[in-house]
Amino acid sequence: MLEPLNSADSAPPLLKLENISKLFPGVSALSKVDFDLREGEVHVLFGENGAGKSTLINIVAGALRPTTGMILYRGKETHFPNVHSARKVGVHAVFQEFSLIPQFNVTQNLFLGMEECRYGFLEKRKMHKQMKKILERLGFELDPRKKVVHLSRAKQQMVEIAKVFGSDLSVLILDEPTASLTEKETERLFALIKEARNNNVGIIYITHRMGEIRKISDRITILRDGHYITTVKTDSVTDNELVELITGRVIDKIFPAIHYNPTETILSVKNLTTADNSANSVSMEFKKGEIVGMAGLVGSGKSKVMRACFGIEEIKSGKIIFEGNELTKVTPAKMLGMGMFYIPPDRRNEGLVMMRNARENITLAALSRLKLSLYSMFLKRKNEKELALDLSQRLNLQPLKIERSVDLFSGGNQQKTLLAKVLTRNTKLFIFDEPTVGVDVGTRAAIYEFFRDLCQQGAAIVLISSDLPEILHLTNRTYVFYRGKLRAELRGEEITEQNVLSNFFEKKAA
Amino acid sequence: MNDNNRSKTENLLIKMIRKTFIGMGVLPFLIILATIIFTILSDNFLTARNLINVSRQTTYLIIVTMGQMLALLTGGFDLSVGTILALSSVVGALAMSAMNAAFPDSVALVIFVGLMAGLFAGLSVGVINGIGVSVFNVNPFMMTLGMASVGFGIALFLTGGVPVYGMPESFSDIFGFGRFMGIPTPVLITAGLIIIMYFLVNWTKIGRYFYAVGGNIKASSLSGINTKYVLFLAYLFCSSLATISGLLLTARLETGEANIGVSMPLESIAACVIGGVSLRGGVGRVESVVLGALFIGLIQNGMNLARIESYLQTVVLGILLILAVAFDQFRQRLIAKSQD
Repeated sequence: MLEPLNSADSAPPLLKLENISKLFPGVSALSKVDFDLREGEVHVLFGENGAGKSTLINIVAGALRPTTGMILYRGKETHFPNVHSARKVGVHAVFQEFSLIPQFNVTQNLFLGMEECRYGFLEKRKMHKQMKKILERLGFELDPRKKVVHLSRAKQQMVEIAKVFGSDLSVLILDEPTASLTEKETERLFALIKEARNNNVGIIYITHRMGEIRKISDRITILRDGHYITTVKTDSVTDNELVELITGRVIDKIFPAIHYNPTETILSVKNLTTADNSANSVSMEFKKGEIVGMAGLVGSGKSKVMRACFGIEEIKSGKIIFEGNELTKVTPAKMLGMGMFYIPPDRRNEGLVMMRNARENITLAALSRLKLSLYSMFLKRKNEKELALDLSQRLNLQPLKIERSVDLFSGGNQQKTLLAKVLTRNTKLFIFDEPTVGVDVGTRAAIYEFFRDLCQQGAAIVLISSDLPEILHLTNRTYVFYRGKLRAELRGEEITEQNVLSNFFEKKAA
Repeated sequence: MNDNNRSKTENLLIKMIRKTFIGMGVLPFLIILATIIFTILSDNFLTARNLINVSRQTTYLIIVTMGQMLALLTGGFDLSVGTILALSSVVGALAMSAMNAAFPDSVALVIFVGLMAGLFAGLSVGVINGIGVSVFNVNPFMMTLGMASVGFGIALFLTGGVPVYGMPESFSDIFGFGRFMGIPTPVLITAGLIIIMYFLVNWTKIGRYFYAVGGNIKASSLSGINTKYVLFLAYLFCSSLATISGLLLTARLETGEANIGVSMPLESIAACVIGGVSLRGGVGRVESVVLGALFIGLIQNGMNLARIESYLQTVVLGILLILAVAFDQFRQRLIAKSQD
């Protein structure tokens, strides 16, 4: 069975976090999390998206400061006010977002911030020589003179990895480093990790792949919804137990019971491939009166394929048929007119006009409608106000001030504003892309009820979500994506944790 | 007791100042400050005659500023407004003098053709700006800077750098010095344009779209807005306003000149920013922008009366612009703090 480990049984840990909490405006990303890292171990952080893994490693790396709590480095209380100060004591991180300057070449990037100088002049030749040595030691096939912008994502990842392995390490943080690497490169990385471990480096490793956890890790710490769950030894836990640990939660109260009544097909996607291959020959069907889930890891193509339907992603081949009309390469304006509405996941960048008020945001997509404008030119502001107020009340916007600029609302209420937009038009197919990211539990429940009402009124809903419980409890049919391919279609009772997750991750045998 | 009371009223005053500052920005304070300073420096400043004079002189800047606001709202710039003034002035004047020589008797036709020619010249700059920014994704800064050079070069080439004379007198009599019910024609036209612009940005769909596209172009596109068309219209409208300003100024000066708009880009952007328009797009009001332009007119007039050299005046203007932006940053922080 699971045995929570007692960290007191060995030498003082290299790094110890006590009671770490992190609050963002409107959300609590971490609450009272403990974590410890010993010398010479690979410690995996495991949890769903939004569990707080990234926040935690950002705090360790000095990119974020904890709201409360303590960081002990080699037994001494330490503060990392910025990334630089963490690096000074040997804490280095490879994040998922690259910290490379695209216009610089590999060498320039590697020495960024620690350039070799003599009399104030750059010693380019010396750096170039050192660079070659580093690459040789790491066994990476990289051209040091090539500009980063011309490198593939995998090669960029290698530059990023080379950057940390080139420096003095005591703590190494790797956030899904293998996501874009080939098998051969991954093997090389694992060899490097083993070498670092033998040199008493403590490694914090984030991955979603069971196979990797088995292969390289010593201990696993599980986070869920910003809370510390437990820390276990890798060889004392089974895959199923791990899945239980990352997903188990009180769900009954949040999720409403939904009566599905699938009728006619409204949207069918046939052999769709996007221009960047992020979705590859995908075929799907969506019916009125049902909620269809789209599950998979970030970057699995589940979102891209729906964006392509809405006309945001470029399409290479395939067909999109909406209500009997072929609408393969169209604009969002056209799709809105046909009755499809897409709510993007990133409300700040794609969803809302942050500096404008809630009223203008809610009605933005519907100003052409007769109710809101005369000859589609002159605004009927009284009607607009009534509509915005009515929808804000329906979604329980708090505070109910529709003239307030959106960026002054909390995250959950911003999300409500975004969701209210779909009700301004006559919409038949709703696509919600990660609709509950960064939203508190209370608002979540309200959003789920909103989905239920829409579905029971006969609308078709597509729910793209990285949140597994959402998929399990809200959908009556789910498509699971893996690396751009549609891997499985699950119906009703088949939608279980095991079934979905087994398609989520790389198969262990592979 | 007395002390206590005094500190209470002081607190109230500070609160009021704070509230005004958050609500309306730095502009009201600047106007009060400028009025006090110039009233002290010159007896003639705070007279009805002078103030009417200021508003008449500032009409040209007000019109251009409103156009500039549209470009700024969408998150861009228009650095070519000066060139549009120059080009419309020169082309309008050349057309009018040529027509005047050919048909000296039909004045109305001459003026009409001249206005159309000027309008055509000015709008074509706006059309090219709009196409460059929206279709070819050229950065507005580079696009309008480039067009400023192109247009200015053409204006100089057409005139050889010499003012264009020979327009019918009635053109200046009507549009430059004319009065209607006692109000100067340029002021009347400006008032009309202010009303139209107010209506445009607040009560029409396209007006709303200017704010939305400038505030978040991705969200706008996902909301079904044709963002390219909106961007194009912003530059087209901006150029039409600049053209109107150019033609009115030509009437006032009675000549077509290639260098009448040189100070317009800076002054119009300054007026917008002082009037609270965000350089990142999405925020700005017609009323405040008009007030911003009037403030610049007021400062220039005051400095003239106080006999400050014109070279020094540009120094003052530049400093004011930077101060206004700095204060606006401070204001944004206050807003974020007060959360309402």
